[in-house]
This record gives sequence, structure tokens and C-alpha cells, in this order.
Amino acid sequence: MVRIEKTDKVTAGGVELRNHMILAAGILGTTGASLNRILNLGAGGVITKSIGPEPKTGHHGPTVCVLDGAVMNAMGLPNPSSNFVSELDAIEDIGSKPVIASIFGGNPEDFSKVASWFAGRVRGFELNVSCPHAEGYGAQIGCNPDLVYDCTKAAVKAAGGLPVWVKLTPNVTDITASAKSAERAGASAVVAINTVKAMRISTELRRPMLGNGTGGLSGPAVFPIAVRCVWDLYEAVKIPIIGCGGVMTADNVVEMMMAGASAVEIGSGVLGLSGVNIFKDIAAELYADAGEGKDTVKAEDIIGCAHEY
Amino acid sequence: MNTERNEKNGRNNGSLKAIPSEIVRITRVIDETPSVKTFEFDKDFEFKAGQFCMVWVPGVDEIPMGLSAANAITVQKVGEATEALFKLNAGDKIGIKAPLGNGFSIGNGGRVLAIAGGVGAAPLRPLVRSGRCTTFLLGSRTASEILYGDELAQGTDLRIATDDGTKGHHGFVTDLMKEVDLLSYNSICVCGPEIMMRGVLRLLKEKSEDTNTDLVSRGQFSLVRYMKCGVGICGSCCLDPEGLRVCRDGPVFAGDIVEKSREFGTYSRDASGSRTMPGGH
Repeated sequence: MVRIEKTDKVTAGGVELRNHMILAAGILGTTGASLNRILNLGAGGVITKSIGPEPKTGHHGPTVCVLDGAVMNAMGLPNPSSNFVSELDAIEDIGSKPVIASIFGGNPEDFSKVASWFAGRVRGFELNVSCPHAEGYGAQIGCNPDLVYDCTKAAVKAAGGLPVWVKLTPNVTDITASAKSAERAGASAVVAINTVKAMRISTELRRPMLGNGTGGLSGPAVFPIAVRCVWDLYEAVKIPIIGCGGVMTADNVVEMMMAGASAVEIGSGVLGLSGVNIFKDIAAELYADAGEGKDTVKAEDIIGCAHEY
Repeated sequence: MNTERNEKNGRNNGSLKAIPSEIVRITRVIDETPSVKTFEFDKDFEFKAGQFCMVWVPGVDEIPMGLSAANAITVQKVGEATEALFKLNAGDKIGIKAPLGNGFSIGNGGRVLAIAGGVGAAPLRPLVRSGRCTTFLLGSRTASEILYGDELAQGTDLRIATDDGTKGHHGFVTDLMKEVDLLSYNSICVCGPEIMMRGVLRLLKEKSEDTNTDLVSRGQFSLVRYMKCGVGICGSCCLDPEGLRVCRDGPVFAGDIVEKSREFGTYSRDASGSRTMPGGH
């Protein structure tokens, strides 16, 4: 398989990472201690649980259904709001760590307020304008390119020079519209994709499997959808793209990069056979010393390379 | 206990396996005490004592619950979901994801001491049923709240303490630890309110220092935390300061791991992830 030349540092979307694999938002990111653990287990960077303007308890359970090859969830953006800021104290030497705060809100003012809590504490922001099952938040903003522009603009202003990434929803006719808005508003990268709208019904109970009724799908089943979105975005925007959705293996990372991703996020992958060791297991397979094997390439040489087919 | 190694199930090949919620029918509801009921259902799950399940109460919520038998959970009414569960009868359906987490690890032999407070006896009962438990120290608020009393007395050397003195020793279950030779047990399995488990850990520490024997790591503590997913992906149940997940890396943790947890017996987190006091559940 294609392997990537080991380098001391990886930069994507203005954030200096330790490798190309970042812990996705909403996964093991509720506490600072957990984020610290995932960094110690080899993640290239970590993204916090999405934090909003007010504390939220989230939807009633079941909130997560693990299916064969996919995970379906409807958490409902549970978060402790400003109480989360002190969680970051649990991350050892946070100044030198690639920690990104995921934030959400219902309007530009919310984004500005929440971003201001974290400016100076983290290395960058990821705007969640793409959660498919939170009334008034998430995808309700991400589906409207004008709102994406306003919220991104507000966050960029409040971020005090830190990079702002915008995580996009695939649940739109044309994912590039919101991406172009984010780019115009000053985003440093776009992240694709958040979960795909989904639903399952328990036939025995004659009711939806999720407490919220409907939810979002992630995991290997959505990988082809994510690759396609990254592909489309690569042709539409100049800012870097972070690939997210069903990445489980080193070869999946290479494939995302060939579609146009500068780095990837891993979420549902922590439920695979490697468990929370997925970051170091992928790194062990993905990276090689220069000249080690004929298929060892520089990362920058394969980002988007498949577009020349 | 190396939890990273425990999690490793094989080489990462990109696969992700389903963890289904099996829909089961309740076959019998047993009134154990005025505040505790056991729900038996029509399916047996293969499990190890201390492992738990996520119980889907349709239309209400999904909550973690220790398995008290291959086909049963024993429940105390503490909130919305358990209250709804208490209204269910034989014939009603619920969903069960099981087995989840790591149970008690008692090796192939040796003497086992179980220490429980209140409904904490539930995940320890399978140890007694399989004939693995030598001595059982059971604490309860009052005589009528003693869980599985007769059953435990048949299989083990059962000693009881009640807060109000209505049965057994008048005082705490930790007092009973002074009656037994702690050094003679290979495993000390504990489940109950966190304040009680903290007392057990403190006594194990004192005894370890007095005797120059590591009793702390012979202790195994079954922890409870607010859980959303139950399968190790959401992070709502992570412990400070190591970030271990109670649902996947636990719920049973060795004493030396628990000793390092600054939140044990002190605080926990609620549904939003905010810290709440106190940690006693």
C-alpha cells in the first residue's frame, strides 16, 4: 500500500498537528482528561465536544446505535457550556498541544461569545454548523450559506487570529455552496463531513431505535459519501479540506488525501478492533522513512492527486 | 490493569461490529425490597459478573444496569427511567445491549471477598451463584432493604450490617471488614455507594501499609457514572485524571486505578458534562 514519508510536523488548515489523524468532535471529548488520554494515545490533534452558549443535557436515549459497519446517533449536542473551559486544565501543557475547540450556536452572536471563551487556550476552532438533529443549531445553519457566512465571520473575528475550520453537513444538494461562504468569510479550512441523516426502526417495538427518532450516520458506511464530498470541495475551494467520515484504516487516510484532504478526522473508528489505539495503529502502518519501499510518498504529493486521473 | 491492552481485540482491519439492543420480554418481576425489584427476561446473555447492560425503556431513556443474572437486572428506583421501569409487568418488552464493559477478574481460584452496600449487591450476586464467593459483607440502611439475604447466606459466609441496627451489626459495612482476615482473600470485589467504596479503599490502604502487602490492587471496584452511549464512543462517563471510560475500560477497576482517581467519592458529571457534587450514587 501507499505509505507517507514521516515528518516531524504536519500542518493543516493553519494548525500544527502531530500527524494526519485528528480525533473528531463529539467523540470522547466531554472531559479534558479524556482528550489528554487520546493525545497520549497518538492522535495528531483532538477536537473537543461541541460547546454552545447554554448548558444542554441532550436527547433521551438510546442516543447511540452501533450497527454493522456504521454508527447512528442522536446525542442532541449535550455540553456544559462555559463550564467546559476549566476542563482544558486537565490537558498537560496545553500550550504545546494541538487542541481544537468545537463550538456551536444559533446565530453569529452565539459563535462570537463561545469562541471568546476559548481564544488563547486552544490552537483553533471548528464550527459545528452541521449536526443533523439539534433544533435551531447545527445543520439548520449549515444548510443556509448566508448564515454560514455570518457565523464564520463572527467566529473569525472572536478567534483572535486563531484558525477557524467549518464542519459541513452532507445533507444538502450542493455541499460546495456553504464551503464557498465559509471561505469568503475567512475560514482556514472546511471539514467534511458531519453525519448523514439516518433512521432505523425496531420492528419488534414498532418504534425508532433512537430516543430522538431520527439521527445521523457515521462509520465505514458513510466513507464513500465523505470521499465524494471531499472530492467536490477540492474542486470548489482553495482552502484546505479536512476529511471526516468512516476513516478506519491507513489506506482510508491515503484515499481521503488523494480525494483532496490535508488531514483526516477519526470518530466512529474508536469502536473498531483497535479501539482507542486506532491513531497509533494507523500511524504505524501509514508512515515510513523516506525511501523505505517504492510506494512511499510525500503527503503533499498525494493531496488531491486523484483529480488528475 | 492495562486498559489499553484489554481493549485490543485483534488487528485493525477496518471492520466495525454491531452492538445490538436485543428486544426481550419481561417474564417475572420480583419485589426484592420495598425499593428494589428484579426484572427477569426471556433471554440469557453470556456474561461475567460485574459486566453491565444498557436497558432501553421504550419511550423513556436508555440506562446502564449491572446484570444480576444471565437473564435479569435488579433495579432501585432513582430517576425517570427506573420509575418507568418499575411500572412494567411480565409480558412487557424492553431492549438489552449486553454484555458491556469489563467485569470482576478473579482468576481461576483463590478466596473471594464481596463487599456490597444496598443495591450494589446486584452485580456481585453472579459471583455467589457460580460458587466463587467465599465471604459476603452486606450493608443496608435497614433490615427490610437487605437484598438477596437468604440466597447469599446459602452460598457464602454472609455478614450483615444495617445503619439502624435492625439486623446484624449496627453500623457500616466497613466495620465488618475488621471481623475478617483481609489478607486471606485473593480478590476483594466491591460495589455500593461511592462514599462506602471510598471507606473500603481506605481500609485496604491502611491494612496494606500495616502488613506490607498490596491489598489495594486485590480490590476491584464497580463504579457508576452517568452514561449516554454505554459502548465507549461518547465520553460522558470518563474518569479524572486518566480519562478512562467507566463503560468500556470499567465499570470494574482495580483498586490502584481507583486510588489515582481524584473524582472517586468526590464528584461526578451530569448529563450536560458539568461537574456535580457529591459523587455518591
